[in-house]
Amino acid sequence: MLPRLIKRQAPSKAMVFLSPILALLLTLLASVVLFLIMGVSPSAALHAFFVEPISSIYGLTELMVKATPLILIGVALSLGFRAGVWNIGAEGQLILGGIFGGSTALFFYEKTGFYIIPLILIMGIIGGMLWAGIVAFLKTRFNANEILTSLMLSYVAALLLNLLIHGPLKDPDGFNFPESRLFSDSALLPILYDGTRLHLGAVIALFFVGIGWILLSRTLLGYQIKVMGDAPAAGEHAGFSHSKIIWTTLLISGGAAGLAGAIEVSGPIGQLLPNISPGYGFAAIIVAYVGRLHPLGVLFAALLLALSYLGGETAQMKLNLPVAVTGVFQGLLLFFLLACDVLIQYKIRTSKKSESTFAPAVKSSIKSTSEVK
Amino acid sequence: MAQPSEYLLELTGMRKAFPGVLATDNVDLKIRPGEVHALLGENGAGKSTLVKMIYGILKPDAGEIKFNGKAVNIKAPAHARELGIAMVFQHFSLFDSLTVVENISLGMDHASSMRELAEQITEVSQRYGLPLDPDRHVYTLSVGERQRIEIIRCLLQEPKLLIMDEPTSVLTPQEVEKLFVTLRRLGEEGLAILYISHKLDEIKALCHDATILRLGKKVATVSVDKESTGSLAAMMMGEEMQAFQHPEKPILGDIRLKAKNLNMVAKDPLGISLKDINLLVHSGEVVGIAGVAGNGQDELLTALNGEHLTESGSIIIEGEQVGHLGPNKRRLMGMASVPEKRLGHGAMPDMNLIDNAFLTSYERLDFINHGFIDYGKTEQYANKVIKDFSVKTPNAEVPAASLSGGNLQKFIMGREFDQNPNILIVSQPTWGVDAGAAQTIREAIRKMASKGAAVLVISQDLDELMEISDRMGAICGGVLSSFYPIEEITVEKMGLLMAGVSLDDSVTDDVRDNANNDITNKSNQNAT
Repeated sequence: MLPRLIKRQAPSKAMVFLSPILALLLTLLASVVLFLIMGVSPSAALHAFFVEPISSIYGLTELMVKATPLILIGVALSLGFRAGVWNIGAEGQLILGGIFGGSTALFFYEKTGFYIIPLILIMGIIGGMLWAGIVAFLKTRFNANEILTSLMLSYVAALLLNLLIHGPLKDPDGFNFPESRLFSDSALLPILYDGTRLHLGAVIALFFVGIGWILLSRTLLGYQIKVMGDAPAAGEHAGFSHSKIIWTTLLISGGAAGLAGAIEVSGPIGQLLPNISPGYGFAAIIVAYVGRLHPLGVLFAALLLALSYLGGETAQMKLNLPVAVTGVFQGLLLFFLLACDVLIQYKIRTSKKSESTFAPAVKSSIKSTSEVK
Repeated sequence: MAQPSEYLLELTGMRKAFPGVLATDNVDLKIRPGEVHALLGENGAGKSTLVKMIYGILKPDAGEIKFNGKAVNIKAPAHARELGIAMVFQHFSLFDSLTVVENISLGMDHASSMRELAEQITEVSQRYGLPLDPDRHVYTLSVGERQRIEIIRCLLQEPKLLIMDEPTSVLTPQEVEKLFVTLRRLGEEGLAILYISHKLDEIKALCHDATILRLGKKVATVSVDKESTGSLAAMMMGEEMQAFQHPEKPILGDIRLKAKNLNMVAKDPLGISLKDINLLVHSGEVVGIAGVAGNGQDELLTALNGEHLTESGSIIIEGEQVGHLGPNKRRLMGMASVPEKRLGHGAMPDMNLIDNAFLTSYERLDFINHGFIDYGKTEQYANKVIKDFSVKTPNAEVPAASLSGGNLQKFIMGREFDQNPNILIVSQPTWGVDAGAAQTIREAIRKMASKGAAVLVISQDLDELMEISDRMGAICGGVLSSFYPIEEITVEKMGLLMAGVSLDDSVTDDVRDNANNDITNKSNQNAT
């Protein structure tokens, strides 16, 4: 007899934490199968993927460099997802932040001043907020689905960056390559540890985890966010404005993504390129869910996803594996996580007796997937 | 004796049980050709279950259906249509972006060409006075015109029996008049009509016989001409009203809550718009509003508590115009409300009782300290509510959804009561609550009033309202009736008010009521 899903009396708190771990194990298992199919020794591949990148100090700092944008965006997206506001377009907001921050850096080319870096970061935040503000406006004014608008605006943002780099922001001495000038030193984030790329952004990201945590657990805004996500009508009963929550969460996530973009261009990259992000904005969605929409969980999840980026690069260099393995790994992780999350509300039974609970089980597993979208 | 039956449809001993409820039990029903037969009952009386069995949507647990004198086992709606049974549902199933003829062709069991169908539609619509252009798009049509599509769709199948489920709930009085003309003509041509409604005046105007259901059982089949609306209402609601212990006449204070020509247009097309609501609640009294579900109760509650804003002058709290103010401003002025739906409106299901206690109390009780939520104080408050109202729960940290209906209701009531509101609005206070908890809640409501609060109770439970109210009225289709002192109220009168029939002697009461208001208003003015 096939195993059946039986609804639990109350959601399992243990499974909330166990589900990401179970999902990670299943992902590793699937990766082993994948490596075997590709004709690579699974142990060598797993070593290259998960151990080698972090077996040196430099590797660890690189991990934090990759994790920085994921933490910033992941924490901010968690706030929105908690409120039921599905911003899928953090990638575009990150690019706008890069454009705004990068343009500021280029504006102050070969100038010095302590104010330049703060200005770059602030402009980055503004850029991201503007992009997310469009989504909030369309949602509150026309009830346009934010999943679609935010996602589509990501592609517009990528094209906008390309346009600028092929045009006004192109390096005049750059042999017509689609790149901007290298930013001057006064526009580059200070390095925290000499000989590595670990920069100030990492501190900002950790600080943001703390802010997100306090906001969510101790402030009225955090409370309103949770109420709107759980029961919008109860929020209206209390007098909370739904559109205010939509605006606030979108501006926070847009601002954080824009900040991440500005940090990327004035940190590890140091100029504007056609591609300033390997999909951080999308990976941060996975980060938010693996981190259980909790700022502290997001921190760990961001490190895991950052490792997948590093591991993908190492595996490419050492084992000639395609770099797409990173994307496959991230996709598998989200896929297994969503599957394992069913176990928060349900338990598995392999009884022979056919029980009539199957129909409701199927119905609400549809519900739980639509909840996580 | 194989004799052709004089009845078109004969139901005997129809029974259908759902988990935990016996929806219909041993119901008989007989309809002659050409008869307009009413199926009358309150919400939950089993009307829909019965017709769904006739139309093949539900399978009866027991009972026999005879159609044209032959026992039939109706397996599916298509089978019912084949036999000659058609049904117009309360909610239409039409595609807005398609034309009338396209919509009708989608619902036909036997396909014919669009042009032929359009001709048939025009012919039927002219014959029965149902003007309808087959080429119009549905989204351009009024609700009444959309209903015509459904009726014509049924008539094209040339049925012998037409079932109509509360067809007038979405129509204007003028459209109702036109519909009745059509239905009468159809009856004259020999079509049997089973007309489901709880509106007594419509049944008086249209139907020959009526079968009355109450709590899943048949009360009686009567000839409508021989009954008054009052006697029909009494049968519908049940006459076994026990003599209740009513509290002594309250000492009335100032007017605390007033609605003046309150109008609110429903946002959702199937919602109910509030029309010219006038209402007064004095300090110290409990005012009850009866009504069949879905007649604007939810809308009235959300307009009064500020979830939906209205014109500023249409709602007045303690003499101040508040129609434009949101829920929190009104709470600070002393208003508290308990909505009908507990999980999802009154409480957040997945959040714990501490968070749920915070929801409506944080401003009045100051649970925010330097911008941060004071969870210590909130938890104390949650525990006080749990203790004061003997809410059965292991602790305050369990999610609201884990509480039973009665316990959660006690918690939500307690959350509002322990804030000592001056005005309290409660919708369906004891719906789905066990008897013990219901008693606690009713006593608490009376106690609020005796402490000087103005209390408004909206409920479908007539017995409950008659037990706790000092004055009563009813809401029907978004219109509020006049209010009557409890001594003058009978079940019959309430039945009429709930069906939207105004009582003849209401004028005198109205005048008296208004006179009272004037006096109180004047005394208020003098005081200031």
